[in-house]
Parts: sequence; structure tokens; C-alpha cells
Amino acid sequence: MKSKRFLRHRLGMAGAVVVAVMLLAAAGAPLWRTQDPLAMQMSQALEPPTPRHWFGTDEFGRDVWSRVVYGTRLSITVGLASMLLATAAGVPLGAAAGYAGGTFDALAMRCMDAILAFPGLLLAIGLVAALGLGTGSGIIAIGVVYVPVFARVTRGAVLVRRGEEYVEAARALGQTDFAILRRHVLPNCVAPILVQATLGFASAIVIDAGLSFLGAGTPPPAPDWGTMLNEARQFMVAAPHVAVFPGLAISLAVLGFNLLGDGLRDALDPRL
Amino acid sequence: MIRYLQGRLLALILVLALMSVIVFSFVHLIPGDPVVAILGTEVDQATQQSLRHAMGLDRPLLQQYALWVGGALRGNLGESVRTHQPVSAILGQKLPVTLELTAAAMAVGVCIALPAGVLAAVRRNSAIDLGAMGLALGGVSIPSFWLGVMLILLFSLHWRLFPAIGYVPVARDPADALRHMVLPAVTLGLGLAGALTRMVRSDVLEELGREYVRTARAKGLTFARVIARHILRNALLPTLTVLGVQVSVLLGGAVITEQIFAWPGVGQLIVQAVQSRDYPVLQGGILIVAVLAAVVQLLVDLAYAVMNPRIRFG
Repeated sequence: MKSKRFLRHRLGMAGAVVVAVMLLAAAGAPLWRTQDPLAMQMSQALEPPTPRHWFGTDEFGRDVWSRVVYGTRLSITVGLASMLLATAAGVPLGAAAGYAGGTFDALAMRCMDAILAFPGLLLAIGLVAALGLGTGSGIIAIGVVYVPVFARVTRGAVLVRRGEEYVEAARALGQTDFAILRRHVLPNCVAPILVQATLGFASAIVIDAGLSFLGAGTPPPAPDWGTMLNEARQFMVAAPHVAVFPGLAISLAVLGFNLLGDGLRDALDPRL
Repeated sequence: MIRYLQGRLLALILVLALMSVIVFSFVHLIPGDPVVAILGTEVDQATQQSLRHAMGLDRPLLQQYALWVGGALRGNLGESVRTHQPVSAILGQKLPVTLELTAAAMAVGVCIALPAGVLAAVRRNSAIDLGAMGLALGGVSIPSFWLGVMLILLFSLHWRLFPAIGYVPVARDPADALRHMVLPAVTLGLGLAGALTRMVRSDVLEELGREYVRTARAKGLTFARVIARHILRNALLPTLTVLGVQVSVLLGGAVITEQIFAWPGVGQLIVQAVQSRDYPVLQGGILIVAVLAAVVQLLVDLAYAVMNPRIRFG
């Protein structure tokens, strides 16, 4: 029923296709690349797109197509790792807060409010500045920014389920709180968490590229979309294509995950 | 209303206190000695010791926090480890410039989203609707750092309509200030336009189906008048709450926009502070923007409560 509803969601399916293409590009990057993404050839610097270099070359004569393809790997890795981190911290926290209630709930949720009150990118910049610039810090920073999102969603879902009869029944049977949460409450929260993770994936790609664009993310020469775009700014007059393709890749990736997230939401939870 | 206000204010104070802890911790999350991270290993012990003392890092942690927050409450955010200027003085110069950009971006966003959202709802499933929704999707998907670069490429390098970078104060030359403002404001505002258009469209669609619309039409009001006087009033309330959240997004986005257009605001200051490891400036900049975002959010929520009795008395 749910999968049928999703298959009929045209924009959601379009998103799924984009995401599938991205995953394929990331997994098979060595197959799709035409050149070594790190190999410099100064004699071919800033060439426009040609049959040999589909997306042209950058200021070091590196093949932009191959770099964009390899950039998919970095973006997917950052998105996946940061969302895993955020769920691993946010879901237990939100579940405990919703289930326990009282002072712990109030305190935990005010902490989440405080994190949410920061503009996401700004908090990420602060954390990356503290932890040291680089991909790993970026993943941690984006993960922290997203913990409250998962904590809130899980808490909300737990609050709804807590009063249900099957939970009462499980308690009457003598099951522990932890077992009730794990077996009866949390499985019902999977849908909203999945939706948030998909939408969060899109934001993670943007924040990561933004950090790199500001010089606070993945350092050169790694083929990171944000870094590529930042470097391309200096050569915009001579070679606009160097700025066009990484930006297109980011936009397409973000669009794909956003559409997929919207589609999943409509299919899994029509009330939203 | 008073009770609602009290509750919200208390929650805000608690959140602000927790936010200050987060910003304070930036220095203490640095792996190793923060003083070495700032100065490098080339300097002698005495210089290290003097910076450690100046930043209060030689005191117990709780005392450090108390001193920092106490100072911040009195408007003292320490001084830059690079220029030795007071952080609050630097922020006093930079913040108005960022607010100018944020306000302009908000104007761009609202001016696009309102007509686009209403038209898309009224002409549902038409080409206009499709176009507006396409714009909305693009607005939320295209990252500002790419949009900004593309706008410079087209509008300043190719067609030479607007200056590519730079900031001119309004007081010095209003016309030139406006020309410099256009591209950054559009870059920052288009994301907002995207988010708002979707919201306005769905809210107007919901109102269009209501009974009062039929009544108003039946008593002979023109459709345009029904929209302007009745539908928009109801439809804009939920949109207003989105605007509150979006202020925070705009303030965060300003960091990138300022970097692209060499706009001398808090965002650029923060990025420079990251690069020069000037932690007092970094902390002050992030704290002031975050506090501003939280306060604006509260003000928007209060405005919503004033206009919507269901919240006020609920």
C-alpha cells in the first residue's frame, strides 16, 4: 500500500532516480571517470568542454568531469555519516525524553532548543573551527546540528505511542521500559525518522559544500564540490564552466534528496 | 496573554543560557592547548602565558564561564587576539551591515513569494502554478554559493548590469548602495522566496475552499477583493511563523553571501576569524547572530499570538 503510494508519487520517484544515479556514480566512480581526478596537466589548464574533457579542465588541467564524479563519493559519505551520527545520538535521546517525561524531558528538550536556535551553518562553522578544519570535523558538526531534529521527531512519536493499549499490555506483562521502547514503540517511529534523514541528507550536502566553499571543509586537492566551486571563482571570466558543473551537481543532489524526502513523507505518513 | 508571555520569556532565557554554554565551549573543544592553536609553536613561553592570562584560560573552567558570560551581559566580549580591538566594538560596526543585507533579502523573498504563491494557488495546475512551484523547488535546492557565483557571472561579468562585489553605505550614495545591494540580496533572498512560495500557495489553497469565501463572493465582492481582504489575512498567519524560522536561516546564509560579494558584515568577520584562529571574535560573532535569531523568533511568535487568539488563550 505504502510502496504503491510512493511509486505513484511522480516527484518522489524523480527524486529516487536522481538519488539512485548519485549512488551509482559514487559506488562506480573509478568506472565513470575518464581521467585521474587528481592528475594535473598544466598544459591543458582551463580548457572548455571537449569530447576528451566532457566538463572541461580546471586551473591545474585536472578533468572536471572526473572530479565531479569523485565528488559524489565525498558528498554521499558526509551525508550518510552525519545522518548516522545524528540518528545514533538523537533517537535514543528523544525516545528516553519522551518515555521518561518530567525534568529529564524538559531539560533535554531545552538543550535541543538551544542547538536548534543557532543558524545551522553558523553552529557548524563554530564546531569545525574548534575541532580542526577537515572532512571529519564537518561530519561531526553536521551531525550535532541535526541531533535535535531526530530527538524531537522521536520524542513526538514516542509521546503518541506511549499511551497506546499495546504498550500498557506489554507493561502489564512485566516487560522492562527498555524492551517496551525497543520492541513496541521505536519500530513505529521509523517512518518519520526515515523522512527526516532523507531531507537532512540534502541539508548535509549543502552545509558540507558550504563549509568547503568557505575554506573550512575538505581541504584541496580532494575533489570536493564546495572546494571546486570556491577555487573556480578566481577563473570565472576565463573559464566559467569550472564553476558551473560542481554547482549543478550540488543542486541536483539536493533537489534529488528533497524530492525523495517529500515523496516518502507523502507516502509513509499522509497526515503530514 | 501575560502567562503565555512569561512562559515564552522564561524558555528564551534558558535557551540563551544553554546557547552561551555551547559558544563558550568552542575554545575548550580545541584538541590540545588553545593558546598553542592560536599562536602556533614558534612563540616563547612568556607570550603564551600572557595570552592564556588575557583569555582567562589559566582559571578554573566554571570561573572562566562565569567571567565570560558576565562580560557578555555587560557588552564585553573580550578582545581580538589579532587586532586587539574590543570584539563588541568590531561587532558594532559589522552587525548593521549584515542586518541591511538580511532585511533586503527578506524584502526580495516576500516580494517574490507573495504574488507567486497567491497566483499559483488561484490558478492551480496552470502554467503559472507549475512555474511558481519550479521556482520554489529551485529556490530551496540551489545553494546560495552557486547562485551568487552564477549571478555575478551573468549580471556583472557578462551583461555588466550590477557591480560584482563590494559594499557602499546607503548614507554615502543611496543609488550606488542599491546597485551593490541587488545581487547579494537576490542571492540570499531566493531561498527564502522558494520556501515561502510553497507555504503561501498551500495556505491560500486551504482558505479558498472555506465557506466564508463563498459568502463574500455571494454578497458581490470581486474575487481580487476577497483575496486581498479576507483570504490573505487568514493565509498569512501560518506564513508568518515560517518567516520567524527563516530569519535564522537568512542570518546563517549571510555568512556565505557576504563571502561571495565581499560584504563587510558579521559573516565575513566570522569566516576571517576561523581562518586566523581568532576565537574571541569567532565566539562573539556567532553568539550575537544566534541570540539575534532566537530573539527575532520569539518576537515573531508573539506577533503570531497577538494576531491569533487561539494561541493567546489556548
